[in-house]
Amino acid sequence: MERIPILKLHDLLLVTIQVDMHDRLAMTLQDDLMHQIRRTRARGVLIDISALDLVDSFIGRLIGEIASMARVMDAETVLVGMQPAVAITLVELGLSLGGVRTALNVERGMQLLREGSPEEEASGHASIDH
Amino acid sequence: MSVQSLPLAGVAATIIKEHGDELLDEWMASLAEVADLAQAGPKARPDAAEFLRLLVAGLAESAQIDLQGTEWRAMREFLVELSNRQAEWGFSPVDTAEFLMALKRPLASLMQRVGGSDGRWLESWQQVNQVIDRWALYTMEVVQANREATIRRQQQEMLELSTPVIQLWDGITAVPLIGTLDSERTQTVMESLLTSIVENHAEIAIIDITGVPTVDTLVAQHLLKTVAAARLMGAECIISGVRPTIAQTIVHLGIDIGSVATKASLADALKLAFRRRGCKVESCNQ
Amino acid sequence: MPASTIERLQVACEEDLVRVRQRVRTMAAEIGLSLVNQTKIVTAASELARNMLKYGGGGETEFERVERNGLIGLQLTFRDSGPGIENIEMAMTDGYTTGGGMGLGLSGSKRLVNDFAIQSAPGQGTTVTVIRWK
Repeated sequence: MERIPILKLHDLLLVTIQVDMHDRLAMTLQDDLMHQIRRTRARGVLIDISALDLVDSFIGRLIGEIASMARVMDAETVLVGMQPAVAITLVELGLSLGGVRTALNVERGMQLLREGSPEEEASGHASIDH
Repeated sequence: MSVQSLPLAGVAATIIKEHGDELLDEWMASLAEVADLAQAGPKARPDAAEFLRLLVAGLAESAQIDLQGTEWRAMREFLVELSNRQAEWGFSPVDTAEFLMALKRPLASLMQRVGGSDGRWLESWQQVNQVIDRWALYTMEVVQANREATIRRQQQEMLELSTPVIQLWDGITAVPLIGTLDSERTQTVMESLLTSIVENHAEIAIIDITGVPTVDTLVAQHLLKTVAAARLMGAECIISGVRPTIAQTIVHLGIDIGSVATKASLADALKLAFRRRGCKVESCNQ
Repeated sequence: MPASTIERLQVACEEDLVRVRQRVRTMAAEIGLSLVNQTKIVTAASELARNMLKYGGGGETEFERVERNGLIGLQLTFRDSGPGIENIEMAMTDGYTTGGGMGLGLSGSKRLVNDFAIQSAPGQGTTVTVIRWK
């Protein structure tokens, strides 16, 4: 069965979406991600959508759900690389993904996750390599 | 436009064809009486001759007034060229129409003189008259359409000119807005700002509204949408140049600008941007 | 006026939504819509086709290049013969849903296009027609 690959980078998971996903594929990705977070004890999830030329309300809602579910499992999600045309369209559609953190690219997204919140740093969880 | 039949146009066509040169002389003479057209230029006569030729050809093939018909294609092309050429020379659309209308009087007297014995001349003249009127109006439409296209192009050019996006620093981009913001212009600004965020890897975008006289609900909404879209892309917006009157308007209109950072001046916004980027500015002299 | 050809695609499963999006993207690019406007109409098409699949039991999408008053645009029609909508006004409200979605399908897609028309009655199916002008 067709699947979106999930890469593990140290304590982060990286998903690069490059195809126009049909709904079932997107839902499979959500399931897979949750299992991977549990299995790898990942602290953060990066979803790279720089290659996507469309995010509709279905995919938008799914991304929002991923972020909320991951948070419950103690992992932060950062959505990276949204194209301007996609961002304008999403806002016009009425979806602002308030609960999702964002970054310009994967590199900045990683930085954001590594910085973490002050509380995490204090408890020594923040990152493995500096 | 309704399609009218011209059963007797052929009568006029034959007369115009047979007495072409004579008619042309009289047309030029009647043209000279219209002051503005006195200097219609050396091309007036060849243009008139071409119009007559195409009119005869069109009438011979067409039994109807149908300006869009294939039999009138050559006429349409000729008149588009003529109207635009005359407009470039500085003639008004009315001048070009009058140029064609000046044919009507000489044509009437010619047809009365030559075709007087044929009882159908009057009716035939009336029908050709309608055709000439339609073509005269057509030249005005051509110029009008041309002008509208020019205005649209200029508007587009102005839109692009009036929305420069400046890269202020590594990762900091700014767009100074000047003048009244309408919906279309705000959209252009929004798009160029977001594009520059990607191009310059800008994490902070400053929207400076110092030069904007008023902000209404619609403009405020557009600004907030831009901020929301930038955030989705991973960039933060700072709105600077918020004057007291605009602050008052925003509050009175009940617009919720939520968590958007606002600063009184561009300098303050830049300071905030530096701080967020972890930059420090120091004076060398101390 | 050039003769316009109407293209049609059936929407009966999720994979068809992808086909609709791709077809709209290609046509919008051919017409010369800006990237932002392409994205808007493709997104609207995705929302409306999904609605049709979810609430109307599938249906048909029509794609047509239209010209009016010197403007060129892309017109899309979504037609199903499902149960129809009882209260269109309510269905057009942000956040209103009967299917567990976000309730942005109709109201959101209306904001993404220039012209939006909806026809529906209980038992008569639903037809939504949208146009995005160049």
